[in-house]
Amino acid sequence: MWGYYIALALRSSARSKALTALVIVLLGFGVSACMVSYAVFRATTSDPLPGKSSRLYVPLIDNVGSSYNDQGEPIETLSYIDAMALWRARKASRLTLLYATTWQVESDNPLIPAMSLGGDAVTADFFSMFDVPFRFGGGWTADDDAQHATVAVISRHLNETLFAGQNSVGREIRLDGQLFRIGGVLEDWNPRPRFFDAGSHGTVYAFDDAGDIYIPFTRATDMKKDSTFVYCPTASRQSDTSHWGAYLHSECDRIDAWVELATPADADRYREYLRYYAAEQQRLGRFSWEPNIRLRNLTDWLAYLQVTPRASSLSMLVSASFLLIVLVNVVGLMLARFMRRAPEIGIRRALGASRATIYRQFLIEAATMGFVGGLLGVVLTLLGVWGAGGLFAPNIARLVHADTSLIALTVLLAIAATVVSALYPTWRAAQTQPAWQIKITG
Amino acid sequence: MQLRPIIAALGRHKVATALIVLQVALTLAVASNALFIVATRIVHLSRPTGTDEARIFVIRNGWRLGQNAAQIDANIRADLDTLRHVTGVRDAFSSQGFPLAGYNAKIITRLKLEPDQKTRAQLVTFFASDEHTIDTLGISLVAGRNFRPDEITAIGPNDKLSPPGIIVTRSLADKLFPDGSALGKTVYLPDGPTAIIGILAGLQGPLKESKSLDGYTVLVPTHYLDPAGVVYLVRTDSAAMKPVIAATLKALQERGAARIIDPKDGVVSMAQVRERAYAEDRSVALLMSILSGLLLLATAGGIVGLSSFWVSQRRRQIGIRRSLGATTGDILRYFHAENFLIVSGGIVLGALLAFLANLGLMHVYELPRMPLYAPLLGALLLWLLGQLAVRGPARYAAKVPPVVAIRTE
Repeated sequence: MWGYYIALALRSSARSKALTALVIVLLGFGVSACMVSYAVFRATTSDPLPGKSSRLYVPLIDNVGSSYNDQGEPIETLSYIDAMALWRARKASRLTLLYATTWQVESDNPLIPAMSLGGDAVTADFFSMFDVPFRFGGGWTADDDAQHATVAVISRHLNETLFAGQNSVGREIRLDGQLFRIGGVLEDWNPRPRFFDAGSHGTVYAFDDAGDIYIPFTRATDMKKDSTFVYCPTASRQSDTSHWGAYLHSECDRIDAWVELATPADADRYREYLRYYAAEQQRLGRFSWEPNIRLRNLTDWLAYLQVTPRASSLSMLVSASFLLIVLVNVVGLMLARFMRRAPEIGIRRALGASRATIYRQFLIEAATMGFVGGLLGVVLTLLGVWGAGGLFAPNIARLVHADTSLIALTVLLAIAATVVSALYPTWRAAQTQPAWQIKITG
Repeated sequence: MQLRPIIAALGRHKVATALIVLQVALTLAVASNALFIVATRIVHLSRPTGTDEARIFVIRNGWRLGQNAAQIDANIRADLDTLRHVTGVRDAFSSQGFPLAGYNAKIITRLKLEPDQKTRAQLVTFFASDEHTIDTLGISLVAGRNFRPDEITAIGPNDKLSPPGIIVTRSLADKLFPDGSALGKTVYLPDGPTAIIGILAGLQGPLKESKSLDGYTVLVPTHYLDPAGVVYLVRTDSAAMKPVIAATLKALQERGAARIIDPKDGVVSMAQVRERAYAEDRSVALLMSILSGLLLLATAGGIVGLSSFWVSQRRRQIGIRRSLGATTGDILRYFHAENFLIVSGGIVLGALLAFLANLGLMHVYELPRMPLYAPLLGALLLWLLGQLAVRGPARYAAKVPPVVAIRTE
């Protein structure tokens, strides 16, 4: 029966070519606009650590007060004082402090020129908390942190450049003139978005590649490495920081902190601890304001930072509206198409076809058109993804790709959308009175 | 032309009429908001920086480690001397940032009007500058004077920033002193007092996001001795910069000094800087235009489709009207008037939806309030589109011969 209905659908399409073509073209464009936007949207809103994002939290403590904070919200990074206090308190099962910085990298190989490369100064838990994959070796231990060890973890890419991709664990690398032992080499690791230092980096860099060099936070501090991004409440930080020691203990915010808390109850306890800590700072006279703290999990954090680029969410919104308008359009056109066939329906009904049969026939006809529209949609979607480089900013465009799930979704969306918009026209068609139709055309 | 029969006829096709009205309404709501976003983005990304962008390029020059402040100072002075003598180079200066470069911690400071001011200090961005800055950037003073060579100091990242005089943009001067008396006034940097010795017509700082802060730019007479590196801004004589860039790089290399200039993006022209800075704005504008275009086309297509269907349904009635004396012009006018009525209905509903959508967008994307002209323009566009779309079906209807009235099909 299905085959027969599809054949009927094709035959009736052949009779009203223009109307059919219009419906299919509309569907193709509507669905593909949606899918291209969706391909970008899913790339920019994906969860960087699926399964773990609800257990990782960013603690914030307002250390600058209402005249310098962000309209009541604490600054998105911690001061060194507060970061170290959280680290020493050990109130979370895991905690990492980190900040982005750049290094001058020199190799013993004279053929490789000195490079300036980015990376992060991190504490030992960084690698385990964020499931960082290793190609060779591994991270370092809390002991290394305590001893300010000269150990480094480098990216696979840097390992290719310096050591031709060989296992370089135990070899040495010169960072800012100091020798570091290589403890591990990463696999390709590029979490999207680059969430771990998004607090200090800001959203502009959220879709850039991760850095090449990771060294212990304590050692980087010894080397007086400043972070790439600093927020100092008193303008240029010179005012209260004539030397490194004073700078460290100033109220400049520059450190990203993450804690791992297994259950919501743990999170509540940690929040309580943060409030207690801020209250104590207030009692000590360091803060002249009520405790103002935040603890957000990874998902909420990315939402708060508004990491998703505007181009991505706006185009998703507008193309979804476009599809909606196309569907309203298709309802009208389907109505015209089915009403035109009233005589045919009348005769079929008179010959004994039940309403259910009419429903089945016309919904299958709609699904068939939806399928063809979906095929056109696939072609246009592929074209759109291919041309994403011209439509989106380069750092976003390179994340966009088409895969089987996207293609399957395109066809499914087209079929579902057409069937839904055919519901009302089909209902109208099924209301056709058999005798009336035969009389009027007789 | 009587509208009553048209409305009566539409009453017999309630659903189809409602569908077109709904479609026009949604189209107006979405398209006017999308096109308004396009307009704001285009205004945003075409703001001039105030500089001679076509003839300026930037060298990001990193220093090898182990050089002290005195060596870096000597390096910068020697580099600038070299740069200014390269053929094709008009002028050059060193700084810690450049227009549209984006946020970094070294470019922000605050100004106060009183040393013990309790209210929030004015956030500004600043460029380390010297007496060549104004000529290099191609900007102009509207009041006061340029720096003198003897005023140029050299400071490191941990030194106090307290120059005797600074030059500010007019927008900042007017913000600080609304009565226009900024020139010669004392203002307070975090490290101490300074005087406004000159006022610039306009100069965009490194930021590009906020309307006001972007233009609050301060020139500070100093060479900024950052051990990490320095930025050289170079203005060329002609817009053909490629050979000049190659020559300057060669000259710097020949001068020596332990420097690192990234081969990939160590040198960028202001045109490239602008392109990168506004990549997302351009993308939003382009996407919204494409989607709006598709939207309008889809709506036009829908109107053509449904109107054709109506015409074919009413062939008999048209035939009867024709045989009763209606001219082809009457039939044409009938369909055009009908379309006008339907589209107008959609526009009324759509304008309402457009403002509601704008309120939502204002909330989520910090968009400004949509001015009245946006939906008005959209409405005009839709009326035009509707009339154009119905033209084909209406002409087809007008061709229906009167004889159809008495013919049974």
